Amino acid sequence: MIELHDVSRIFTVGGQEVRAMDHVSLDIMPGEYLSIMGPSGSGKSTLLNIIGLLDTPNSGTYLLEGRDVTSLKDEELAAVRSRKIGFIFQFFHLIPRLTAVQNIELPLLLAGVSRKERTSVSTRLIEEFGLRGRHHHRPDELSGGQRQRVAIARAVINQPAVLLADEPTGNLDRTSGAEIIDLMEQLNKNGQTLVVVTHDPEIGERARRCIRVVDGRIASDTRMG
Amino acid sequence: MRPFDTIGFALISLGSNKVRTALMLLAMSIGVAAVVLLTGIGNGARLYIVDQFSSLGTNLVIVIPGRAETTSNTPATLVGQTPRDLTLEDATALERSDLVNRIAPINIGELSAVWHGKERKVPVIGSTAPLLQVHHLKLEQGSFLPEEDTEIARPVCVLGAKVYRELFGQNAALGELIKLGGFRCRVIGILGSEGRSLGLDTQELVIVPVAFAQMLFDTKGVFRILIEAKDQHSLERLKKHISRTISKRHYGEEDVTIITQDSILTTFNRIFKVLTLSVGGIAAISLVVAGILIMNVMLMSVSQRTAEIGLCKALGANNTQVMVLLVTEALLLSAIGGIIGLLLGFAGSWVIVQFYPTLQTTPPLWAVAAAMGTALCTGFVFSLLPARRAARLDPIQALARH
Repeated sequence: MIELHDVSRIFTVGGQEVRAMDHVSLDIMPGEYLSIMGPSGSGKSTLLNIIGLLDTPNSGTYLLEGRDVTSLKDEELAAVRSRKIGFIFQFFHLIPRLTAVQNIELPLLLAGVSRKERTSVSTRLIEEFGLRGRHHHRPDELSGGQRQRVAIARAVINQPAVLLADEPTGNLDRTSGAEIIDLMEQLNKNGQTLVVVTHDPEIGERARRCIRVVDGRIASDTRMG
Repeated sequence: MRPFDTIGFALISLGSNKVRTALMLLAMSIGVAAVVLLTGIGNGARLYIVDQFSSLGTNLVIVIPGRAETTSNTPATLVGQTPRDLTLEDATALERSDLVNRIAPINIGELSAVWHGKERKVPVIGSTAPLLQVHHLKLEQGSFLPEEDTEIARPVCVLGAKVYRELFGQNAALGELIKLGGFRCRVIGILGSEGRSLGLDTQELVIVPVAFAQMLFDTKGVFRILIEAKDQHSLERLKKHISRTISKRHYGEEDVTIITQDSILTTFNRIFKVLTLSVGGIAAISLVVAGILIMNVMLMSVSQRTAEIGLCKALGANNTQVMVLLVTEALLLSAIGGIIGLLLGFAGSWVIVQFYPTLQTTPPLWAVAAAMGTALCTGFVFSLLPARRAARLDPIQALARH
């Protein structure tokens, strides 16, 4: 479903070229549960940004569901992101003045989905994600775990092809973190393709496939069980 | 994103920082109110002047002693003297024409009027019977000046309503003798209480026969001759006739200025339109200032909301959508501020009308449209820079800024 062929991403910092991704090739199948690990600065976030179409490679090709998305224009990239990608961030990135429901519905709002349709989907997600009674709470009235649940509900509301999580538990205590991982694994069991970037081995090793990135290259690609 | 949702989203953003929004609304509304109010006053002044002149009738010709174009050449004009007075004989000579409907020579001065020890300074107009029609005056009691030879200095007078009230109170005035500048004269009529004409309040006037006025003011000349043409088409011919007649009588010199009501009206109309436009334009500058304020605040707001804008882009918003969102915020500010400003402006002009009923300060429709249009345009133009900046944010960097 996700096919990266020989992808490189080079940044120029202070006149010097930095290869954040160095000829990386990677295939991700539908329904896979994959973790990307590596020390900071290894290029794992760059890899996630390229998969998430927030960044474009300098060379190589990227096929998403068979479609070459390497050289799409900004507007087209936004359209593909809107339909195919779900993001979960370490710092949740909820809009503080919007309620839980409004935050969850944001991708549908941006995509121009009618209010009626938005409400029916968000109501279901709120139930599923254990956020009942929290509809009209603003982010600062929610606990860290609840905020990340809202963020996950927002990420899956468009039924994306792939769910990308960047250190999803990095800002949570152990208990809440474990709950969030359980929730994401539950989504994966229901067929959701899941990619988690983490530097926490305990979380990374729960995935069925674990990729280790070092210096912009894939150092190891291990499948568990 | 649906238009309705865009507006809703923008409203939530505006509502989240109430003080900032209120300040921007205030700036916008003051600008719009200033445009509406000032153009209203300008327009009111124009209507007032036009109305004053129209009340005299548009087929009126005014003959003034002294020639406007030649005055600067003679030493006499330097000390404010006119070369040769207009006289009652001139008026009589002018009357003998088919083109003239009515003629009213005029003298003006200020004298004290006394009745039973009560004294009051009053403007006195000396004229003839046709003044009643020429000046569209209304008579309340008694009769106007008698129709007789203009040379007869009959000591009679017609009082303005206010003069009558102040001198006589509840007493009957007709037939009474008052002292006007030391001369006794009999009250023969009282004017109605409505009407102003050419800036003079007819309520405060005392009108006497023109020859009597000449005696009171100790002059041989007349201040002005008002001539009503038979119809508007003969105005030009009448003007030629007047200058011919006068120059014949004044030894070949064309030493009078002939103005028509029409030309004065057109000139005043034009002057006041330009004035109204200028004050409106000056007020519109405050709208531009409001626009710059909106731009500054939005630039600040964009840098504060960087992460949020990055998020929207990550969630699938394209550059155009981000721009539309921010421009919508600015347009909403302008529109709401503009409507508040219109209300303030109309309220202000209503207040002015309460205090000065003669000044109809209702703002013209074009000014209302222009004020709103300028408000929306400045809101739009000045939001483009912040909106473009927001649209160009790199989502990765924007999201990294937590």
